[in-house]
Amino acid sequence: MDTSQYLEIFLDESKEHIQSLGDQLMVMEQEPENEDAINEIFRAAHSLKGMAGTMGYKRMQRLTHDMEDVFSEVRNGKMKVDSSLIDVLFQALDALEEYLQNIQETTEEGTNDNDSIINELNRFLKNEGKAKEAPPEKEKPSVSTEKNGKWQEIKLGESERHVMTEAVSQGNHVYGLTVYVQETCILKAARAFLVFKALEEFGEIVVSKPVTQDIEDEKFELDFSVYVVTKSPLEDLIDSVSAVSEIESVLGCEIDPDDMQVVHEEKAQMKEEVSTVSDTSAAKVPPASAGGTQPPVTTPAGNSSTAQKKAPGKPVVNRTVRVDIEKLDVLMNLVSELIIAKNSLVSASSNSEMANSAFNEQIEYLESVTTNLHESVMKVRMVPIESVVQKFPRMIRDLNKKLDKKMELYMSGEETELDRTVVDEIGDPLMHLLRNSADHGLEPNDVRVQRGKPEVGSIYLNAYQDGNNVVIEVADDGNGIDVQAIREKAIGRGTITADQAENMTSKEIIDLLFLPSFSTAKEVTEVSGRGVGLDVVKSKIEALGGDVDVKTELGVGSTFSIRLPLTLAIIQALMVEIGDEKYAISLGSIQTIEDIPPSEVKLVQNKEVIQLRGSVIPLVRLNHVLDIESVKNPEDNMVVVIVKKGDSQAGLVVDELMGQQEIVIKSLGKYINCSKIISGATILGDGEVALILDANALI
Amino acid sequence: MEENLLETQEELELFQFIVVRLGDEQYGINIQYIDNIVRMQHITRVPKVQEYFKGVINLRGEVIPVMSIRIKMGLPVDEFTNSSRIIIIKMESGASIGVIVDEVREVVTLDDSCIEKVVYDAKEERQNFIRSVGKCNGGLISILDLTAVIGDKEGN
Repeated sequence: MDTSQYLEIFLDESKEHIQSLGDQLMVMEQEPENEDAINEIFRAAHSLKGMAGTMGYKRMQRLTHDMEDVFSEVRNGKMKVDSSLIDVLFQALDALEEYLQNIQETTEEGTNDNDSIINELNRFLKNEGKAKEAPPEKEKPSVSTEKNGKWQEIKLGESERHVMTEAVSQGNHVYGLTVYVQETCILKAARAFLVFKALEEFGEIVVSKPVTQDIEDEKFELDFSVYVVTKSPLEDLIDSVSAVSEIESVLGCEIDPDDMQVVHEEKAQMKEEVSTVSDTSAAKVPPASAGGTQPPVTTPAGNSSTAQKKAPGKPVVNRTVRVDIEKLDVLMNLVSELIIAKNSLVSASSNSEMANSAFNEQIEYLESVTTNLHESVMKVRMVPIESVVQKFPRMIRDLNKKLDKKMELYMSGEETELDRTVVDEIGDPLMHLLRNSADHGLEPNDVRVQRGKPEVGSIYLNAYQDGNNVVIEVADDGNGIDVQAIREKAIGRGTITADQAENMTSKEIIDLLFLPSFSTAKEVTEVSGRGVGLDVVKSKIEALGGDVDVKTELGVGSTFSIRLPLTLAIIQALMVEIGDEKYAISLGSIQTIEDIPPSEVKLVQNKEVIQLRGSVIPLVRLNHVLDIESVKNPEDNMVVVIVKKGDSQAGLVVDELMGQQEIVIKSLGKYINCSKIISGATILGDGEVALILDANALI
Repeated sequence: MEENLLETQEELELFQFIVVRLGDEQYGINIQYIDNIVRMQHITRVPKVQEYFKGVINLRGEVIPVMSIRIKMGLPVDEFTNSSRIIIIKMESGASIGVIVDEVREVVTLDDSCIEKVVYDAKEERQNFIRSVGKCNGGLISILDLTAVIGDKEGN
């Protein structure tokens, strides 16, 4: 049989287990006595080992096996958890992740044996292993009293009995096994398959109940039974079967097929059963008396109809569907097309004479449907940023050691959702910022104490939604950014002249940090300081349509805020006209629209500004920026669109306003070297192309 | 690429070219890279881009940049007439681009004996875009090297 169809489940689950191992290890490090954590760790390691073994990944299995040994010692209280042990275990986790990576790419686990880690683990075992005579106690389900070995219910034909007799005469054992799947299990057939595969490694499955076909079609409830012929001891079989995930328990005992008596106190019962069942094929088997309370599930072999009724098990926990992201992309594109089509309808209806109220009503209805449809599709594509940020606590812990600084990461808003494509991209920039905070931001511990700050530095990662944007902040309570130092360095490097530096605000100076190859760390460390950090962060975030902002106070700390749009493909925009060209400005960045008489325009430092409700706002004449002849009479009042980016504002002077519209963002293609002020293009209702202005780049 | 093929294969290789007119000269564009030929339509100007980009057009819901091959080759600026066409070119990389030509004449099939490689002369700019010359019906067709035409030589 082929395991490839289960590869995906294997990968997903392994990742989950590794993540939970990592999380729990962090807990263990804090509270070495936490029993819940060690139990959880043990469970995860055990399942990992089992799955790796079943899928035939021997190296991975070997590594997890040794990890499991260590956990088992810890669980039995024979070993103390210290940070050096946790270090090795984390290395082992990294190695496991590497295997998974390889498997994901090539379906092979790779050839790295990771012997050094294994040796290290064994060293820990030996050092602490004075009491290790007792082998690690496996999670071996002993024969429970609640459930019966239902293998007794299997009816045996002559031929099967013959096979078993034959096998025993050749020195094999015959075991009857009943496997109970967890109630929450969704892919029962897959689990059953893994169980079968595990058993087939030991010997031959003579007969199963329900029959193999029914098991494959998931036509069984929570248990199935098999007779196995093998040379191996029963314990091994039970061990390997219970290593399969989501298996509740395994019952089994040896059977003497000669007289079909069970080597068990239930022999008499068994024999009776076989004889009665063999001639009344549809008979329900009475529950075995010895077992006590038996679950009311009886699925006689000859009567699969009862099983069929209940069989298509309803997944209780998880009512979700996995969808390929590409399919969602297609859906999103179709919604985009629909919105374009709707826009053309709107524009056609406003032009034609025939427009009447009924027609307009329908168009408005269509408009609301497409907007809702777009929103729903967008929501489907949203995933919590949790998947990205959950690896950061571990990273900070590593940095703790590497930089020899004590620090703590506090995260909030992990559940904040963003478009899948954005979430995939923000991991690296966030990592850069966190590393920056840890390395440059936080002072060394002794300096902190001198300054009267808590010795342990704090780094915060907060995410929250703000209107149509999601804001992710990386903050620290460290030294803050030394504006004077940057100023001097920038002058020293010739980035700016001393004169320029005089006139620059602190904010402008701080923005220098985002220039390529500008690093202020006095020395290059392993963690950061190669001067490729912040400009990469900035360009990546800008490529996603967002922007980065810094707030800092010397001696108190700094905050980097990343602002990202909720969606990438479709936005609400204000359409404006300049000369005879049409441009779109994202509504998200627009604050107000003002009607300003030309007399109110003042000149400050040779730049045009206006005063609006107490604040001075620089004017940007779009016709100059975009090289267009304005058709407006310069005496007339100007239409000024006030846009904001963070705390700064600007007034964009346009000729006419055309109204608000939902637009689909299209790229201009890779051949055209677009200036930054154009962020894309869109297709209007009349089929014409209009360009989208990026207000952020104009400020 | 084609030259290599010619050398390795004994049989005569056949190539199809679309013959277009730019000014008084005839140029050939290998048909395998041509996605579409559309009539002249409204081109939305894009400010602050390379001079030879006339702007973008909407082709069945896709936004496609359009360049003036005349400006790129240093010829006099285009005058759009009724016979002007935009040829949509799709290279292997997948992105489409439109080039404006004065007229689309015909499709010709040439075998490799009719195609002669021209000596590369970097002095004259337009020469850089011509890889070989095809002889057809007594006339000459300069075959455009699309990678060079589309590529951004200036690198800005």
